[in-house]
Amino acid sequence: MPKVTYVEYNGNEHTVDVPVGTSVMRGAVDNNIPGIDADCGGECACATCHVYVDAAWLPMIGTPVPGSQEAAMLSFAAVAQPDSRLSCQITMTQELDGLLVRMPEGQH
Amino acid sequence: MNKSERVVIVGAGHAGGSAAALLRQYGWQGLLTLIGAEPVPPYQRPPLSKAWLKGDGNLADLLLRPAAFYQNSHIDFRASCRVAAIDRAARTVSLKTGECLPYDHLILATGSHARSLPVPGHNLAGIVELRTLADADRLRTMLRPNARIAIIGAGYIGLEVAASARMLGAEVVVIERESRVLARVASLPLAEFFHRHHAGVGVRIILNATVEEFCGTAGRVAEVRLSDGAAIPCDAVLVGVGAAPSDALARTAGLACTNGIVVDLAARTSDAAIHAIGDCTHRPLPRYNRTVRLESVPNAIEQAKQAAADLCGRALPAPEVPWFWSDQYDVRLQIAGLPFDVAEIVVRGDPETGSFAIFHLAADGAVQAVEAVSAPAEFMAGRMMIARRKQVVAARLRDVSCSIRELAA
Repeated sequence: MPKVTYVEYNGNEHTVDVPVGTSVMRGAVDNNIPGIDADCGGECACATCHVYVDAAWLPMIGTPVPGSQEAAMLSFAAVAQPDSRLSCQITMTQELDGLLVRMPEGQH
Repeated sequence: MNKSERVVIVGAGHAGGSAAALLRQYGWQGLLTLIGAEPVPPYQRPPLSKAWLKGDGNLADLLLRPAAFYQNSHIDFRASCRVAAIDRAARTVSLKTGECLPYDHLILATGSHARSLPVPGHNLAGIVELRTLADADRLRTMLRPNARIAIIGAGYIGLEVAASARMLGAEVVVIERESRVLARVASLPLAEFFHRHHAGVGVRIILNATVEEFCGTAGRVAEVRLSDGAAIPCDAVLVGVGAAPSDALARTAGLACTNGIVVDLAARTSDAAIHAIGDCTHRPLPRYNRTVRLESVPNAIEQAKQAAADLCGRALPAPEVPWFWSDQYDVRLQIAGLPFDVAEIVVRGDPETGSFAIFHLAADGAVQAVEAVSAPAEFMAGRMMIARRKQVVAARLRDVSCSIRELAA
């Protein structure tokens, strides 16, 4: 099963299995990893599953589609950067085995 | 913290389930018991009126955390279990089975329950409410193509089910007591938008209507009779006339309650050993200098964080702006803030386009609330403006050539 490494704002790392087809947000929630609130449960309604995608993985994952719900939400998310994504919108694939994402300081 | 200390959480909805997970996340090493009345582990309720009714999704996706999470996290989760009483002096809760559980800290997360409509015939088969997974599964079997569904109450539950039922091909009539839909929970322009949208896809909406009785055939509902004599034939009825706080246990135990269990910003009740979180609470909202009872998932999670942080000796989380969302057809509604002390309502964008936002401004121009219809940037900007008490000029807000980024800056 592919693995994802989540790095908390304080530097704590968590590497866990995330099944193919599951979102990166769900992977964090299922493993009770701090730093992702996921208020809306993956509906792209709240922007509380914000992560920064590691530079090595950004080309494969890409940035949000311009004009999409995710892009609009992120445009006003606290501490958004060019490598920001909402992790509910990243679906795990075998190719993403080893993915590394970092959490922002807060989700609200 | 003493490892033999025990937290008991009563209620395994979004609030109780989140509190259990957060306590472990924040390092609570003591005993942890989570008591739920339903047969399943904590799950998300919002999809019940939407994707779940339409048959999308499976139980695993609906669960807040995987079923194995509780055992793996040393959380003693008791399904199908009800609490009979709290003994505050002895610090115990007694279960309906007669078992007695001691606690050092109690978290009440008992939620809310659907208000009933006690008119003649309300016990007929085919009349349902929508609160639990079991309710949703019952309702789902009734939403067949061409089935005639009568929905009592044009609140969010009623309108979301109307949308789902319509998308499944059912015939839908919505019956509302007030003079408009979403009367208690949305502004007039928003209500008018949703009314038009539902009517446009064939939902019949009857306003200013009082249900007199439900009439049946062979014990099953067949007709809704209104006080003006009108009869609405139907195969099934959803009653969605609001919710009331489930605070009976707390009241019987003598905790301070006023439209919910009274709590502070650490989710503490009037008893130092008892916290309360979620729909069942009446909480302070410093941004509006008020206390309110909120029925929402974000509120449940925010208060779960407060209680877990308080018990684990962590700094309390920063206050959040309340927010809500609703999906109907392809319309995404997001609301931030509450429309208290509003002097002016500004509509930004043209409702006819299906994407617009309604800003609620205080007399000094501070943004108090925003209702955003398929307008995620306005929702996010509005949420930020509310938190910062950002003052805006109504005319500039109304002018869509002024970018929302510029207005929010």
